[in-house]
Amino acid sequence: MRIVNLIRIASRSLSKNKLRTFLTMLGIIIGVASVIAMLAIGEGSKQNIKASIASLGTNSIMIFPGAVNQGGVRMEAGSSANLKREDSEAILARCPLVEFVSPVVRTGAQIITGSQNWRTIVIGAFTDYFSIRNLNVVSGTYFSATDERAAAKVCLVGQTVSVNLFGEGSDPIGQVMRINRIPFKIIGLLEKKGQNTFGQDQDDIIIAPFSTVQKRMLSTTNINQIIASAVSEEDVDGAKDEITMLLRERHKLAEDVEDDFTVRTQSDISNIFGSISKVLTILLGSIASISLLVGGIGIMNIMLVSVTERTKEIGIRLAVGAKSKDVLMQFMIEAMFISFVGGIIGVGLGTLVSVLVAKFGGWPVAVTIYSIALSFLFAAIIGIFFGWYPARKAARLNPIDALRYE
Amino acid sequence: MEKEKILIEVRNLEKIYRSGEIELHALSGVSLSIEAGEFVAIMGASGSGKSTFMNIIGCLDSPTYGEYYLDGIDVLKLNRDQLAELRNKKIGFIFQSFNILSRTTAIENVELPLLYNNKLNSKERREKAFNALKAVGLGDRPDALPNQLSGGQQQRVAIARALVNEPQVILADEPTGNLDSRTSYEIMEIFQNLNDKGITIVMVTHEADIAMFAISNILFKDGKIIENNSVKNRKSASEELKKNPKADINKMLK
Repeated sequence: MRIVNLIRIASRSLSKNKLRTFLTMLGIIIGVASVIAMLAIGEGSKQNIKASIASLGTNSIMIFPGAVNQGGVRMEAGSSANLKREDSEAILARCPLVEFVSPVVRTGAQIITGSQNWRTIVIGAFTDYFSIRNLNVVSGTYFSATDERAAAKVCLVGQTVSVNLFGEGSDPIGQVMRINRIPFKIIGLLEKKGQNTFGQDQDDIIIAPFSTVQKRMLSTTNINQIIASAVSEEDVDGAKDEITMLLRERHKLAEDVEDDFTVRTQSDISNIFGSISKVLTILLGSIASISLLVGGIGIMNIMLVSVTERTKEIGIRLAVGAKSKDVLMQFMIEAMFISFVGGIIGVGLGTLVSVLVAKFGGWPVAVTIYSIALSFLFAAIIGIFFGWYPARKAARLNPIDALRYE
Repeated sequence: MEKEKILIEVRNLEKIYRSGEIELHALSGVSLSIEAGEFVAIMGASGSGKSTFMNIIGCLDSPTYGEYYLDGIDVLKLNRDQLAELRNKKIGFIFQSFNILSRTTAIENVELPLLYNNKLNSKERREKAFNALKAVGLGDRPDALPNQLSGGQQQRVAIARALVNEPQVILADEPTGNLDSRTSYEIMEIFQNLNDKGITIVMVTHEADIAMFAISNILFKDGKIIENNSVKNRKSASEELKKNPKADINKMLK
């Protein structure tokens, strides 16, 4: 039989039982919609995490000191004091794929200005730090290399610090504030960066020249971290290798000794969080798929009822010359029609739900072509899979038994 | 059409139904030849095997043993789909309970065998189905649904459906069993007209007066043919209908 006729027969028999068809379809609609919405939510949070990690600078490379391992006692990562300012300078001098390098020291400090005070983090770094982290000033200037060499008592403040010390909207440039009782002149105000993925306020920060913080505030020679950036995004891995080789040489590590430092690139970090959100997406997606599967079982159930109910009709069709294939296709098309139409409506509903979640839930969502294709394909496969058994049952009926069926 | 051509030939047909230990011989050794252009009425009591015989020659059921040739084709060697094609092209089956699709219009019911025959487009199909409906006197109601038709009209739809693929043989299993006698005569009139045009008809009936419209009568008993006679004083349905005018019942009601 021609496929057009089969489709006509299927659509007619489905329209005879509108409510039943709709309810069966509803299982698929809900299944597909929930798969799409769940994947959109998962994908949305993944993209959100990626974007905020990328905002730290896509080319950036971080070098942390390794863990202290003394007499078998292993301390936390970064507890060792084996990274020096000289390592940072050596990287800049000897690694051609590295563009900017800055050692970083970090300390908490109580800031006092006139009648206000505030506790925040003070970072000591080279001027390169601003380039590596994509930090811009909205007013004032960056400190210079001369400031750094002279250990000048100047600093740049983040928006949160400025607001808390000087009030909303006031210009802090030129003001003097005391950091751990040392007076610092504010020479720049940083652009607002907002919260990062982990909920930290990136504007609650003070950045001062490296030697100022290291010598005047901390009086140590060790540093917390070295931050660098590669000349381009493609060279990040090459730069990482150069840095690793250089530091091993400088730290005089034998072949069989593990690194006493850790080099992390931006992509390493984004991969870690990417895999976390992937797990989230898979989890959400598989829960939603179960509802799609249940919808498929609904199709099978209703098709089995339909085959039993229409045994006589099948008998008549067989008696006038329908082949097994014709009967099989008739019922398959019914099942596929339910799952296809259900799939299409489900895609629409799922997209709508995602948009509503984004709008009213404030949750980032991203409906991807991939998730639409996946869930629609899944719905189609379910229609074929669960429609096949009842259809085959119908196609295998013996004509005379089917005709006699009451 | 040549009179001598043998259309249906069965040899030693046996049909055994098994339920547990008990074997039921529905047919025990039936041999018969039916020539093209015949009009055979098969008679017999309930359980005599006549319906089983019809289902087998209609390719709806298969015998336990025996041989069956339809128009020279060894039917028992065919597979399921080949049998379906045979039912579609060579046989028109008419049932006691009409067996037309409910909630499907008269013309669509008639179109059904054509749907399983890819040769025609939808316009040709419609036209052919309409001609078949006209031939059974239902040309004025092609879009009627079965529940809007009387029993006799439903059976006419079934006959039109059996005719539409221009089969060589029409098999009718108690076609008048659910109809009153006047309507039965009308159906027989159609059958006789078809037979006059050369279509072979095999009909099961248990009504002796209906069997009188056939050319020959076969009597079944206990799964065997016990008599095979040609009908003496064959009746013409159209003449019987003239003798027994339609107005009768209407007059009585008035």
